[in-house]
Amino acid sequence: MRTAFIEQLVVEARRNPRIFLVVGDLGYSVVEPFAAEFPERFLNAGVAEQNMTGLAAGLASEGHHVFTYSIGNFATMRCLEQIRNDICYHRYPVTVVAVGAGMSYGNQGSSHHCVQDIGCLRGLPHMTILSPADAIAAKACVRWLSDNPSPSYLRIGKTGEAIVHGADPTLGGPCKIVDHDGNTAIVGTGPILAEAVAAAEQLIQAGRAVDVWAMTRLSPAAAIDLGALRRYSRIITLEEHVAAGGLGEMIRSQFGAHDDLRSLCLPESLEAVCGSQAVLRQRAGVDAGAIARAVTGGRAFEASVGDGGA
Amino acid sequence: MQISTEELAKRARCHVARMVHRANASHIGGCFSLADILAVLYGGVLDFRPAEPAWSDRDWVILSKGHTAAVLYAVLAESHYFPVAELEQYGLDGSPLLTHVSHGVPGVDFSTGSLGHGLPVACGKALAARRSGRTWRTFALLSDGELDEGSNWEAILFAGHHRLGRLTAVIDNNKIQSFGAVSEVLDLHPLADKFRAFRWDVTEVDGHDHGELRVALGGRRPADAPPLAVIAHTVKGKGVDFMEHQLKYHYSAPRSAEDLQEVLRQLAGAG
Repeated sequence: MRTAFIEQLVVEARRNPRIFLVVGDLGYSVVEPFAAEFPERFLNAGVAEQNMTGLAAGLASEGHHVFTYSIGNFATMRCLEQIRNDICYHRYPVTVVAVGAGMSYGNQGSSHHCVQDIGCLRGLPHMTILSPADAIAAKACVRWLSDNPSPSYLRIGKTGEAIVHGADPTLGGPCKIVDHDGNTAIVGTGPILAEAVAAAEQLIQAGRAVDVWAMTRLSPAAAIDLGALRRYSRIITLEEHVAAGGLGEMIRSQFGAHDDLRSLCLPESLEAVCGSQAVLRQRAGVDAGAIARAVTGGRAFEASVGDGGA
Repeated sequence: MQISTEELAKRARCHVARMVHRANASHIGGCFSLADILAVLYGGVLDFRPAEPAWSDRDWVILSKGHTAAVLYAVLAESHYFPVAELEQYGLDGSPLLTHVSHGVPGVDFSTGSLGHGLPVACGKALAARRSGRTWRTFALLSDGELDEGSNWEAILFAGHHRLGRLTAVIDNNKIQSFGAVSEVLDLHPLADKFRAFRWDVTEVDGHDHGELRVALGGRRPADAPPLAVIAHTVKGKGVDFMEHQLKYHYSAPRSAEDLQEVLRQLAGAG
């Protein structure tokens, strides 16, 4: 997905002279095409995210649309106050790009797991949050950002994410990516939607129809219409993020009362256990099997939610 | 008629005394240590157009020690960005004159308040200018205590490496921070050597001597020169005998009418 991001950023930069890319000494084998084609609009700020974000605000004040780029927490939490004060408060067009959504960095450990970022950023003023599920959505987000420069956050995976979109997603609300005409909707955000698609396939084989919807934009709330979800008798939210401040909370707060609205998300604890992203999702109860169990109900689901078990 | 920078500084301090008295606000000591630096900048060094605050070729000032907003507002009003009478609204309910510097005020380009934010932004401004071939200068005004923040040292490393010659950091070196003497809280000594080690040019001046400040701040440096640190040795509470060097006036205002009159009397006799 990070390659799709940079490919589209290069495309946009050819038509949009305002685009400027600042990286925090990361992006090896990813950002080089941009740096080679636009050396005057590329900067490696070093391993110094506070300065990177502040100087992005300074560049933006001179008319640039700056994209800062680093691994999840480094681009966001390490410099959260610079994002809040220097970018959002001044409404500067800076897009913070975090690579490694959720547990993309697998066995590199919790320092690299980007699982509280949405909650940290959702409350910031004037902030648009985009959380694409795959390369198609990531490219659509970059195109949209280029046309809509503003304080923004682009949360992307790393590499090898399954394609779940058949076309560019809408950013105005949920986008249906599996249509089995079910009465249950799985509504997710980010690359973990591939698990939901796999779960939906397992379930349809077993005669249970569920639909899957992708939420690409998570903020601002006023720009998101959840009306398409109202017909479902059961809604299950899915995210590779903790409950606090995440998609589930957001949908609950916007949706109001619903008889059967459940959330699949990550436990708050940071695990000190090696695992691939697939293994860690399974341990956290957010993999395809756990999603299928959540749809069918039962003890396995109840045990898997929020306690890191399974 | 253009007033002298000494007169500008005197007027600014008098405005500040009335403003913080009226609002019962903090930080008068740091305002008084900074007053001469601002007076020299706005009284002859900077290129700006008060009637056109967003003029694209203006020099930039980022007040990173945003808690001393009052003295910047006073200098901006005296520089005709907005009427002096509006200073009376400082810190009062509904006023745009926040007690930490706000870009909602004409002439203020960047809001701060949390320390350690101004210099990274100034680096971005200076880099943008150089890459686009613009010639204006960027001044970041920092306190000495503020240099405890690690973000400043990220920016100092960056600016030295990239030789941001049109960037000047002015350190209001009044030797007192929020909870004590800088030398006792986190000693910055040897400060000039620290900047030099990060590949900056450094000049040390008496931060209340307008001649020295004019020389230090007024030069036009090549775009690819090292950035310049002006360490301005100042006195917290400068100009009022019972405020000078006193930590108390990081927090206290002249509260009574009598205290205010005494402050104004002493300031009137200065310079």
